[in-house]
Amino acid sequence: MNSTSLLVFDGLLLVSIVSLAWAALASIDARRSVILFMAFGLVLALAWARLRAPDVALAEAAIGAGLSGALLLAALHDHDRTAAGVGSSSTQNQTSAGLTTVIRWSVTLLCAALAVGLGWALVHVFDHPANDALARAVAENLDLSGVSNPVTAVLLNFRAYDTLLELAVLLTAVLGIFALGPARAGYQPAGLIFDGLTRWLVPVLILTAAYLLWVGAHAPGGAFQAGATLAAAGVVLRLAGRHQIGLPAARTLHIVLAAGVGMFLLVGFALLATGRAFLGYPPAWAGSLILLIETAAMLAIAATLVSAFVGGQPESVTIDNEE
Amino acid sequence: MINALSSLLILAGLFFYIAGSIGLLRLPDLYSRLHALTKADNLGLGLLTAGMALQMPNLMTALKLVIIWLAILVASATSAHLIARHARRRESRS
Amino acid sequence: MSELLSLATMVLMLSLLLGLLRILRGPDAGDRMLAAQLIGTAGVGLLMLLSVLLDQPALIDVALILALLAAVAAAAFTGQQREQRDD
Repeated sequence: MNSTSLLVFDGLLLVSIVSLAWAALASIDARRSVILFMAFGLVLALAWARLRAPDVALAEAAIGAGLSGALLLAALHDHDRTAAGVGSSSTQNQTSAGLTTVIRWSVTLLCAALAVGLGWALVHVFDHPANDALARAVAENLDLSGVSNPVTAVLLNFRAYDTLLELAVLLTAVLGIFALGPARAGYQPAGLIFDGLTRWLVPVLILTAAYLLWVGAHAPGGAFQAGATLAAAGVVLRLAGRHQIGLPAARTLHIVLAAGVGMFLLVGFALLATGRAFLGYPPAWAGSLILLIETAAMLAIAATLVSAFVGGQPESVTIDNEE
Repeated sequence: MINALSSLLILAGLFFYIAGSIGLLRLPDLYSRLHALTKADNLGLGLLTAGMALQMPNLMTALKLVIIWLAILVASATSAHLIARHARRRESRS
Repeated sequence: MSELLSLATMVLMLSLLLGLLRILRGPDAGDRMLAAQLIGTAGVGLLMLLSVLLDQPALIDVALILALLAAVAAAAFTGQQREQRDD
């Protein structure tokens, strides 16, 4: 497995990660930066794959290489429009140019120092024998967790609080998005070809999301990956210029958005009421409870990401249904 | 035997990938580059898929690979159409 | 066999980098979107190879996700937004 070709591949991967990151930041043209950032996302997903972390690779592929690219490009549309309306803001005065250079160089030096520090720590780690106490602990307790995928076991059982708080962070983010006001106007109705793509792509995306949710119990997958895939279905519908993008009407939408945190709390308090610890699943029920929580989380994550893409509070679904 | 066939298909796929990238670098304008990239890379992926499908442990996984290839095929064709149409529009505007 | 697969990953990575060179240098606006095409096809190929090399069947699922989302970037890049409603 350690053939030289694979080492060369690793080297190329490293080089491309660093140079893509640099190029994306250094590019003057905003569009080029976004495209380079998408390429960076893909190469990062490859790096996760190479490091034998398929769960993270799945999430990175769905979110980094797919959704965030669309998100940033949609934001660029707005940027172009406002810049064109206001007039180009190229009144960069010369006095701030010197300051900018100083800031740039100090940030560069700081990053270099951080990289050197991390490199030294890494080399230091290699001298010591591998300490996999965490992996062993997870493996020993896997039977009690209700799932057989160690990542899901850690995320949804052993460290469920962390996931609960992550979902709370997402909920807070959505509140911020809604504070931006009504959503952007959508896209023009798509031509024949993209519309045809949409007709089979969206059902397949929904199916894949359900598959990822289900398979997360015993193979890489789970709520986050499934939620991102489901969100992609909504984004595709939006890009095809449809009004119906899968988001429910206002009141139901609020419930769905809060469902991730809500289901966690519901399960936690129900367990508390039966005399167990908060979120301390009984081993016989753990699998089903985890699936329940993950389903609610998937819907909440998908709704959050789609709301982020439309850029504000989605308009009510009851307006003209042209299709 | 299967390995030999697999290797042959994979090597052929690699050849087309390289051809696509060379075309991307050397061809004169956007449309020809788009043409080269879409066709050569997808053919390369198809051959690679065929080679890798022979390496899969069971039929279902091999079919999964074929489905992935078909999805890429349709998505690439659509992307190419969208990019070319967008470029055409920009040309006619300027 | 695994020798060939390792060689193939190296070659694919190289062709990906070569393609990205064009994205960086390309004068046309649409050249940048060629990245989306390249990423889709090369990335899926690499993931298929890695899934056998590293004995990780889940990487095929990652390839599936990439394949499905391949067209989204191009659509986002070229999509025309409706006029902003004034209300």
